[in-house]
Amino acid sequence: MAIGVKVLHRPESQVSYVRAALKGMALTFKHMFEKRVTMQYPEEKSTDGAHGMGAWSLTPRWRGTHRMLTDEQGRSKCVACGLCPQICPANCIKLVPGEDEEGNRYPLIYEIDEFRCVFCGYCQEVCPEEAIHVGVHYENAEYDRGRFVYDLERLSAQTHPVSSLWDPSDPRGE
Amino acid sequence: MTPEMKGFLLLSILKMLFVFTVVMVGVALLTLMERKVSAWMQNRIGPNRVGPGGLLQPAADGLKNILKEETFPSAANPVLFILAPALAFIPALLLSGVIPFAAPLPVDFDFTLPALGRFVHHGPMPMVVADVPVGFLFVIAISSLGVYGIALAGWSSNSKYSLLGGLRASAQLISYEVALGLSLIPVLLLTGDVSFSKIIAAQQEGLWLAFPLTVAFFVFLVSGFAETNRLPFDLPEAESELVAGYHSEYSAMKFSMFFIAEYANIVTVSAMVTTIFFGGWDIPFVAIGAAKPWALVTLAPGPVATLLSGIVFFAKLMFWIFFVMWIRWTLPRFRYDQLMALGWKFMMPVTLGYIMVVCVALYLAELAGVRQALLLHLALTGVSLACAVALFFVVDRGLIVSGSVARRARRVPRRPPPLTASS
Repeated sequence: MAIGVKVLHRPESQVSYVRAALKGMALTFKHMFEKRVTMQYPEEKSTDGAHGMGAWSLTPRWRGTHRMLTDEQGRSKCVACGLCPQICPANCIKLVPGEDEEGNRYPLIYEIDEFRCVFCGYCQEVCPEEAIHVGVHYENAEYDRGRFVYDLERLSAQTHPVSSLWDPSDPRGE
Repeated sequence: MTPEMKGFLLLSILKMLFVFTVVMVGVALLTLMERKVSAWMQNRIGPNRVGPGGLLQPAADGLKNILKEETFPSAANPVLFILAPALAFIPALLLSGVIPFAAPLPVDFDFTLPALGRFVHHGPMPMVVADVPVGFLFVIAISSLGVYGIALAGWSSNSKYSLLGGLRASAQLISYEVALGLSLIPVLLLTGDVSFSKIIAAQQEGLWLAFPLTVAFFVFLVSGFAETNRLPFDLPEAESELVAGYHSEYSAMKFSMFFIAEYANIVTVSAMVTTIFFGGWDIPFVAIGAAKPWALVTLAPGPVATLLSGIVFFAKLMFWIFFVMWIRWTLPRFRYDQLMALGWKFMMPVTLGYIMVVCVALYLAELAGVRQALLLHLALTGVSLACAVALFFVVDRGLIVSGSVARRARRVPRRPPPLTASS
């Protein structure tokens, strides 16, 4: 997307200050009756769709705190392949794989330290099962530092929308 | 003490209480208005969390300022540091006492109180705390005292930023005091009096003085901005260069006092503009008591007339207060040399020239035998509008305030020193 740069050709000398001031005052007066751009934050949120996909909603590419997707039985889709802890540049994913009677691998422990995470989104990109995702979400306040290590249960319980990562080969998401 | 004096005293105390209350509450609400106006001009909403529509925001601010810590720089001069906010605050409030805010109200009473004796008052009561005969001379004298507060605040803080702010404030106020005083001379020439009641009376007979004395009005307005240290003249504060200027070292209620003084000064300047150039409490096309050439309605002096004229005065006052804020959120701050050049090289010569124009016009009118105020004012309006248009739209090309580029073009290139044989 090309960015249009507006170049203002300002007269450099022989300018009338009074006329310029009057022009500026007309502009500010006009702005008094224009639409307000303020979003009343705690009441309106950029993720709740009140503004649709308009000016104040988060971009779908936003990479926020993680979410683990689950299958129809409510089990996590993760097969404990170990790719995400391998690729994670911040080394914030802790994965201990387990195996059930039928030989299916599943995570015994799956923890993400959101304090160490740099929200690069590599875990989502590398995941073969489309299990772990970065979320379109930004309200993460907690009373306790320990609460920022999200375990599997917590990651699966998240309901916020997930990011559609930016694909360099398809920059406009077509 | 005679009963008449007691009656006068009683009414004066009541008016004092009224004016003081209105000004203090008004100043508090003006801080809210400023924030709202600035927000609207920037497509925002402004404070809206405290009370309905943010109406209690000034109360919350005041409470916060009282509860805040009073910082006290160890190197500051203790006496002057404490005195400075008061010195800025008192002249600002003092001036609200001399502005007539409504048509005179006939008050007649004669009663006796047990311990205090008899109170008598007959005849019209001017709706002003002190109808001083020296009028705007008093305002000019007292408003100049406000600079002591600012200069002393800057000096006593013992901080370089404060000192620079204080120095700038004194230089600026002295410079613009000249233009301010000169811009009132045409008013004196035309009305022949400095008292506010007489000036308002003169405007009722003719036109509001902004029309016959356009250039003087403009100069007065600009100097008024400079006197209140408001943008585009807020160099004493200049937060982008001087931290917060003269009040950098102040906190809590002492800082608040400077703030209140600034807003009280805005009220005073707006009231002065309204009274001297926009008819004061005069209602257009309505005559109150005295005869008026183009009155459509005549009101008898009484509570209704006083109330209506008071409302009209406050409407005009609010417009000019809004105008001050409008300018503030539109124009950027001047550079220091622009400020000085505007004051000394433009406003002062222009005002002196304009005084000559008005003198000549009045002399010619006298020769032509124009006695009626309205006719005289209309003739002067023509002359003044021609002057104003010539000044601000034809002659004004980088004359009033010029950018640095224009200055560079004007500068004479310096020749390198000639080479000598020895070098």
